[in-house]
Amino acid sequence: MSVNATPAGAQAAAEAESEQSGGRHAAVPQQRSRRGSRAPLSENKRAERRLGWLLCAPAALVMVLVTAYPILYSVWLSLQRFDLRFPDERQFVGLENYVTVLTNDFWWTAFGVTALITVVTVAVELVLGMGLALIMHRTLVGRGIVRTAALIPYGIVTVVAAFSWRYAWTPGTGYLANLFDGSAPLTERASSLAIIMLAEIWKTTPFMALLLMAGLALVPEDLLKAASTDGATAWQRFTKVMLPVMKPAILVALLFRTLDAFRVFDNIFVLTNGGNETSSVSMLAYNNLIRGLNLGIGSTMSVLIFITVAIIAFVFVKLFGTAAPGSDDGERR
Amino acid sequence: MADIVLDKVSKRFPDGTTAVQDVDLEIADGEFVILVGPSGCGKSTTLNMIAGLEDISSGELRIGGERVNDKAPRDRDIAMVFQSYALYPNMTVRENMAFPLRLAKLDKETINQKVDEAAKVLELTALLDRKPANLSGGQRQRVAMGRAIVRQPKAFLMDEPLSNLDAKLRVQMRTVVSRLQKQLGTTTVYVTHDQTEAMTLGDRVVIMRGGAVQQVGPPQELYDHPRNLFVAGFIGSPSMNFVHAAVEDGKLRTALGDVPIGERVRRELEAGDAPRELILGIRPEHFEDAALIDDETRRRGMEFEAPVDIVESMGSDKYVYFTVEGERATAAELEELAADAGAADFAGGGSNLVTRLSAESPVREGESRRVWFNLEKIHLFDPGSGRNLTLHEGRSAGALAD
Repeated sequence: MSVNATPAGAQAAAEAESEQSGGRHAAVPQQRSRRGSRAPLSENKRAERRLGWLLCAPAALVMVLVTAYPILYSVWLSLQRFDLRFPDERQFVGLENYVTVLTNDFWWTAFGVTALITVVTVAVELVLGMGLALIMHRTLVGRGIVRTAALIPYGIVTVVAAFSWRYAWTPGTGYLANLFDGSAPLTERASSLAIIMLAEIWKTTPFMALLLMAGLALVPEDLLKAASTDGATAWQRFTKVMLPVMKPAILVALLFRTLDAFRVFDNIFVLTNGGNETSSVSMLAYNNLIRGLNLGIGSTMSVLIFITVAIIAFVFVKLFGTAAPGSDDGERR
Repeated sequence: MADIVLDKVSKRFPDGTTAVQDVDLEIADGEFVILVGPSGCGKSTTLNMIAGLEDISSGELRIGGERVNDKAPRDRDIAMVFQSYALYPNMTVRENMAFPLRLAKLDKETINQKVDEAAKVLELTALLDRKPANLSGGQRQRVAMGRAIVRQPKAFLMDEPLSNLDAKLRVQMRTVVSRLQKQLGTTTVYVTHDQTEAMTLGDRVVIMRGGAVQQVGPPQELYDHPRNLFVAGFIGSPSMNFVHAAVEDGKLRTALGDVPIGERVRRELEAGDAPRELILGIRPEHFEDAALIDDETRRRGMEFEAPVDIVESMGSDKYVYFTVEGERATAAELEELAADAGAADFAGGGSNLVTRLSAESPVREGESRRVWFNLEKIHLFDPGSGRNLTLHEGRSAGALAD
């Protein structure tokens, strides 16, 4: 930057440097004024900046240690043949593991199951969550109680809830299984998947509702009043006014839930343990990595899951781009 | 287009508070009526009840002769303009204005034509493809107006539509609103807390306080013949001066000297329950520099001398503030007005007098000045009930009337 060229001695050079780091401040032609009044300000700014980095550093360091390192390490593992049962055969194999996984039926079945669970649960949760959010938003009496009650399922530990579902569906002792003449739904694929999705939906709808309720609070009361005087029915007010205004909040909720749902594990682990082809990709990765001790294949699956999740997130963020308030206005001008 | 009739309309909330109490109001077809009052006086609730956005607890509301109490807003054929403009952020200006027409299932061609027409009237044509986020406050306000007029509804309801604009634009938009209403001849109910808007815009003004109507009439009538202390204090800027007055020996002892009273006021005061203490009200323009008036005018009033506190020269005239000794006028209404103006704890000692004197007056700050005031223009109020004692058959005739 040209600021450095001013021949004003060491101090000016130091100032120039700080001005560079300070960003937009244009170089002032008179050296005197720069030396006089700007110097202490820049100094302060620099100290502030340094303090900012220092304050961030521990968090950044922890982030690197707990996320960046494991991610990179699993990528490294996925490029190797590495089975702890045969540690001597460890060998760098490039993308061979990926070929193995991506041509494997088990992987694609699990992927299909995961995608199905993700799409169905998120869709149902969105609808139910919206309903719940509207109820919580509109409740005038006992607001606190209603909201607390609605959030209870989300507060229960997933594994505990999953066990209670499992017992409920166990023939002979479970009250839900008895409703269906003591059949054993967890022993068949379709009904098992349905129960897994039911448990997921039951558990995370409140979370969806909570996020959507925050979105509902964004809809100004006047807008709805205006729509009703403009002649809109309740449904039209909902679809034409509320939903568009809430769109960013809905996308956030969908993003969170989709990413969560794609990594579904606990419910499947407890309810079917992956039996009858009900494994999700996370289950499969776990089975290979922890149970099978095949670090190479397991890591490959983990990396593939990571990539899928990243793609989902990327797509959603692209959608946000046009939904964020004000951002689509610029191009109209 | 239609008339709007409120027949003993009340609004009570579930928690027991009464927001609006037995409001009777007949708004003629094509009339421009202003609801005005301090915050919390029930004016917006009244408007919302007309719109159908609030249920009516009791009483009857008729639009165009038809009872509409139980009709949804969309079946009342009214258009509303909000203080926040309430434009749909996801729609362009054109879509915003077309929204009510689209809901009414008009065909595309008619919609476009009507929107273009309204846009032309409000000079929005160049902005039709923009989104509200890209408009200035004044433009948004015009879009909100546009959305209301495209439908040609039976009535316009406006809830402080200009309050979010800056002062200069507000004055400008005031004339736009006024012209538009005259041009379209649509019945309009307009809510504001700004008494200048109330005075300048409406055919008739309804002053509300605590959910009840205080007085209804053309602006000038409210200004000249206020029915009570509240109306007198609310209308006018700077507002009316109020001075404590004690009734003694057939005279009023005030900080401005002893004010004589005429037969009629005397008769009022001879009644058994008549108050012994009154509040004397006089508007700033009814004062004048005593040195500047001719003898004939002088006879109609009286004079006093007081130290000049502050002189504000407005060019056309001078606002001169005096400090006068003596008790301050106190009444519930006055406290409420002061609270609304945000000056409840800002009164200081003694009474302050605001006067509007001729620009020629050589009055200077710090000196003591002789000031004349017009006895025919003073009002006397009962501090207990707030009633204007000088009002006779709706006209105010000053303290001297026989």
